[in-house]
Amino acid sequence: MTQMLDQIFVTAKLWLMGYIPAAAKPLASAILSVVPVLIAFPLLFAITTWLERKGLGRIQNRLGPNRTGPFGLLQPIADAIKSLTKEDIVPLRADHAVHFLAPVLLVLASFLGYAVLPIGRNMVIVNLDAGVLYFFAAGSVVELAVFMAGWSSRSKYSLLGAMRAIAQMISYEVPLVLASVVVIMQAGSLSTVAIVEKQTGYTGIFPHWFVFTPWGFVGFALFMIAATAESNRSPFDLPEGESEIIAGYYIEYSGFKFALFFLGEYLGMFATSGMAITLFLGGWTAPVSFLTWIPSYIWFFAKLVTLIAVFIWIRGTLPRLRMDQLMNLAWEFILPMALLNMLVAGVWHFMPSGILRWLVCTAIVATPCVLFSARLKRKKRLQVRTYIFAD
Amino acid sequence: MVGNGILKGLIETARNFFGSYVSKPRLTTVQYPEQREPQIEATRNFPFLVFDGPDWHAGMRCVACQICEKECPPKCIFIEKSKDKKPDAVGKPQAYPAVFNIDISVCMSCQICVEVCPFDAIKMDVEYDLPTDDRFAGLLFDKQRLSKSNEYYNRIHPTEAGAIDARFAEERAKAKATADAKAAAAAAAAAPQPQPAGEQK
Amino acid sequence: MTAAFFILAALTVAGTAAAMGLRNAVHCVLALTVGFAGVAALYLQLGAQFVGLTQIMVYVGAVAILAVFAIMMTHKPGEDQPRIFSSHWVVGGVVAAAVFSVLAWAISSSGTANQFPPPEPSVTVLAIGDSLMHTYVLPLELMGLLLTAALIGAVVIAMDRREETK
Repeated sequence: MTQMLDQIFVTAKLWLMGYIPAAAKPLASAILSVVPVLIAFPLLFAITTWLERKGLGRIQNRLGPNRTGPFGLLQPIADAIKSLTKEDIVPLRADHAVHFLAPVLLVLASFLGYAVLPIGRNMVIVNLDAGVLYFFAAGSVVELAVFMAGWSSRSKYSLLGAMRAIAQMISYEVPLVLASVVVIMQAGSLSTVAIVEKQTGYTGIFPHWFVFTPWGFVGFALFMIAATAESNRSPFDLPEGESEIIAGYYIEYSGFKFALFFLGEYLGMFATSGMAITLFLGGWTAPVSFLTWIPSYIWFFAKLVTLIAVFIWIRGTLPRLRMDQLMNLAWEFILPMALLNMLVAGVWHFMPSGILRWLVCTAIVATPCVLFSARLKRKKRLQVRTYIFAD
Repeated sequence: MVGNGILKGLIETARNFFGSYVSKPRLTTVQYPEQREPQIEATRNFPFLVFDGPDWHAGMRCVACQICEKECPPKCIFIEKSKDKKPDAVGKPQAYPAVFNIDISVCMSCQICVEVCPFDAIKMDVEYDLPTDDRFAGLLFDKQRLSKSNEYYNRIHPTEAGAIDARFAEERAKAKATADAKAAAAAAAAAPQPQPAGEQK
Repeated sequence: MTAAFFILAALTVAGTAAAMGLRNAVHCVLALTVGFAGVAALYLQLGAQFVGLTQIMVYVGAVAILAVFAIMMTHKPGEDQPRIFSSHWVVGGVVAAAVFSVLAWAISSSGTANQFPPPEPSVTVLAIGDSLMHTYVLPLELMGLLLTAALIGAVVIAMDRREETK
């Protein structure tokens, strides 16, 4: 029974494929695989906007939207109607072709990343041998779309915002990729399905997720930090900070194009979270061995919603980082930690299994953190303030 | 330890999030207009005229002395005195306002008219829900619109109204006592003289 | 020679032709990026996964950004090319035809391209990594050294010259 429920989408697709003539089978198979993703993730986007507004509201001691429908549940529909009916203003001197194509390219690039995420058992759109590489290649197209958006508006603020955003995205792409390299080293394959397969065992009730190892834990933390920066989310949202640079590279966009930018950014966030789940949190596997009867796609979406909640939580907590603080963090802390993490993963692989390798690996990753915090505490030699004009 | 401050911050916001469902200080939103914050007693918005008793015209305390009209800084009060008289709050026959208009689009709620009124006839109201779609005639309040009962005044400003009522009751009692004494003296003067027959015996 | 190949080839040729023909410099770079993407898709269609995906990651994701940054910082706005056809187009056309014919003759008469049926692509990422680490480890280390030198050079050029003024 649980097996049937688990594979219900796969069997539904196979049943539908039986009705399609052989000539159209490849195309129909592709369409039938892609359409559920195209429906599910924008729906998740709508739910996330609601969740974000209510969550941030409660964190900030206020209610979120609660007038449109019970508990404000119809708010995403109201937002959609608003963005569709708003006037589409394009600046007079803007580059119309590029201005139009930028949001389209952003959404396209964001959607391309979902092709290699295993959402359930046997439920991946295409099982590429180089799946993780494909994912990062699709992610790097986003930077081009950001540049197109900033440049085509022919406005100082949007250009400045675009340059900052691209600098931030490029700087954080390196730690993102390096943090995922440790997983590839341990799993021995670039295919996302193989990586999830490696995390399916259980010792007792504990799963074999990569996050429960020293290198996996550090890798997960670094991956999440880099993912937050890649999707321009708080506390790394200086390129789109509303109080600094108004909206950064999408100032000159209004109405549906703005909604497309929003959609593209959130889809990027979901895709990167999905990749983090695949690499570190065991993909569609259950967290304890006696809960494996729950269908695999339910687990994937549960983990995805948890990561989204963590993103919202962090957004409501931390203040925005300044541009130089952001870049310093990337190049001076995250990148060296990612390289050290690769060393730790190598040490883990070659030491015999036991308590010793846990201790050694944890010591190697904990030492820089302790040293870094000591250095941060030491540099606070504040001057004694003398007020000349005040009594 | 690196990340210590961030963890403390995350715990605080989590406490905010979950606390907002259970404790009032963590969710300070008042959902206007279904819920309203209770107003303090000294709240004021625009003036109104107080009347005692059931009839708003007969019980009006205002005697059209026009002091408030003269003292009003933006000159938003317009009074026309009546030609005839009617008894006021303590019973003395006084004039009354035939026309009493306040333009609340001009009124700045300074409360000077309340402070100078010698008859406690004009007081500050607390009503703020006064939207209208006519910004000239809709915001010019006339005598009837401005008159509200003493019971209403007691409801919105209990302490002041209580003090004023006590004073009025005292003055009425005093006035009644003097009237009684006068009536008794008049009755004593009007009664027949006692015969001095007892003295001749 | 499937339909997919023709579509992708047409896309690549159109992109690169537009890159030569458009007037606005940024438009040229974006059209060139379309050409890069077309080449990457051709690699993928031939089964070379690693090369195709790295082409996207490096060319579209980094080289195109580099080119647009360079244009943005050195280009005066409003300074577009008035003429896209040079006056020496005859000589240029002859040279282009000569190069094309040499290349076409070389490719069509080479041994690898004329095998029938065409061999199955058997190069996986694992095989590439294996050969990099075993057979070609020296070129790999030299390239790493070269890239490190380039990185240090970029940092030195962009560094603040505060130490000289102190």
